[in-house]
Amino acid sequence: MSEPIIRCRGLSLWYGSFRALDRVSLDVKPGEILSLIGPSGCGKSTLIRCFNRMNDYPYVRIEGDLQVAGYDVTSRQTDALALRRDAGMVFQRPNPLPLSIRDNVLFGVRLHAPRTPRSVQDGLVENSLRAVMLWDQVKDRLDHDAETLSLEGRQKLCIARLLPLKPKVLLMDEPCSALDPDGIGAVEELMGSLRGAFTQVIVTHNMQQARRISDRCVFMLMGELVELGPTAQLFTKPVDERTARYIEGRYG
Amino acid sequence: MAEIARRRPPSYTRHVEFVIEGLIRLCGVSAIIFILAIFVFIGKEGIGFLLRNVLPMLVSIDWSPTAEPPVYGILALVVGTLWCVGLSLCFSVPVGLASAVYLSEFASDRARESLKVVVELLAAIPSVVWGFIGVMILNPLLQKLGAQVGLNGLNGAIVLALMTLPLLVSLGEDALRAVPESYRQAAIAMGATRWEMVWRVLMPAAQRGLLVAVLLGVGRCIGETMAVLMATGHAVRIPTSIYDPVRTLTATIAAELGEAVRGGEHYQSLFALGILLFAVTFVVNFIADRTLRGRRAS
Repeated sequence: MSEPIIRCRGLSLWYGSFRALDRVSLDVKPGEILSLIGPSGCGKSTLIRCFNRMNDYPYVRIEGDLQVAGYDVTSRQTDALALRRDAGMVFQRPNPLPLSIRDNVLFGVRLHAPRTPRSVQDGLVENSLRAVMLWDQVKDRLDHDAETLSLEGRQKLCIARLLPLKPKVLLMDEPCSALDPDGIGAVEELMGSLRGAFTQVIVTHNMQQARRISDRCVFMLMGELVELGPTAQLFTKPVDERTARYIEGRYG
Repeated sequence: MAEIARRRPPSYTRHVEFVIEGLIRLCGVSAIIFILAIFVFIGKEGIGFLLRNVLPMLVSIDWSPTAEPPVYGILALVVGTLWCVGLSLCFSVPVGLASAVYLSEFASDRARESLKVVVELLAAIPSVVWGFIGVMILNPLLQKLGAQVGLNGLNGAIVLALMTLPLLVSLGEDALRAVPESYRQAAIAMGATRWEMVWRVLMPAAQRGLLVAVLLGVGRCIGETMAVLMATGHAVRIPTSIYDPVRTLTATIAAELGEAVRGGEHYQSLFALGILLFAVTFVVNFIADRTLRGRRAS
């Protein structure tokens, strides 16, 4: 088995005095899709936000060991900007920047490689938009405001803008919960097509979605990692009693 | 529900409603009536003079209403006004917007709260006190820096800048904080530093709001009277250096209206200046309003 791309050991996190994560340990393999499920407030969003240090607030305290794409995340010396380049994040509500479609895709490039020649930029824009299956739809209006896209298109754009930076990990925090069924289908298809090329971690409220797209699945409860296993196994033969009860829909 | 409705006598309710509604309507309409009345009053006194003398007013730089024959050139006054406003914006816009960015993006909650109190305090200082500061503090300071006269265009501009700062800071901060949090998150999650986020995302997103802040600041500058009257030196001339004293439209009205014979030509000429000021501030406010509307629409 190859080296894990995310390696998490005994990770705990406190918001003030509230313990949101309780000694979480897990490995994520390169190229796989790992889904995090669990009821609201179980810590799954907190965990995924740890992976690219989006929890840098004064009232947050973190303990434990966390390696993501070769970065020691919990160390203060770690270059958070480079970490976020290599581990991009997609949010629940599509949040394209108030720029043109083209400028949205190139936003990260301009931050991290400002001297990229225009011809290279054009290629990056086309390849990224092709990868998210948006190119044919927007190729004639790259200068239009990104807000003119549909919700689904915006979410795809938010994924596309991560790709020029060649991230190793894509972190998706409920990427489909603002979309309609067609949009959900499209984004799931997109995630499937990116499988292997990128490691994807997805937080989802929707158990069926986790079942459809993920290779392995994590069930969390009250900040604790209850069970981690291949998706098929976790949904059919859960080891832990609490997982079984959640999957049967008895709470959550 | 039905119980409560039955307990209230319907006629009483109707009368109270009627009275309150009437009062509110009266208040709303009276504001409009007052503005129209001001407009009519100033217009009545000055419009005749303005129409008769529009050409000589616009071509001459000499304003000597008490000379024989009187000269009513407003060129120097207009330039003086624009000079002060332009110069003051050079100070107030960079400083004001930078403070707005600091308050909305970088300051801790406690720092922000206490600084906003200070900014509001700054806004509450009467303009005559600002004029006093111009005369007593800036005047000797500028002389030390090489100005022959301490009361000059630069002095007036600095005073005006200090007066408009609170407006720029608080409106600018509002505009920046109105930018959705999701934009900030997006930029930070892509590996932008906070400064890159401000420069590349917040500034473009808050563009219109910031422009409105600047325009309202301009309106405030143009209309300010007492402070510039005290600080600018009040000399009718086209300035060639920032140390030259200048005179503004507003200061001219304030200084001369008391001495002008009521109903005389001088008196009317001052009202003509009033019409001009009214028109300019109206246009600036109108542009600000349209800009704001555009922002809401998009």
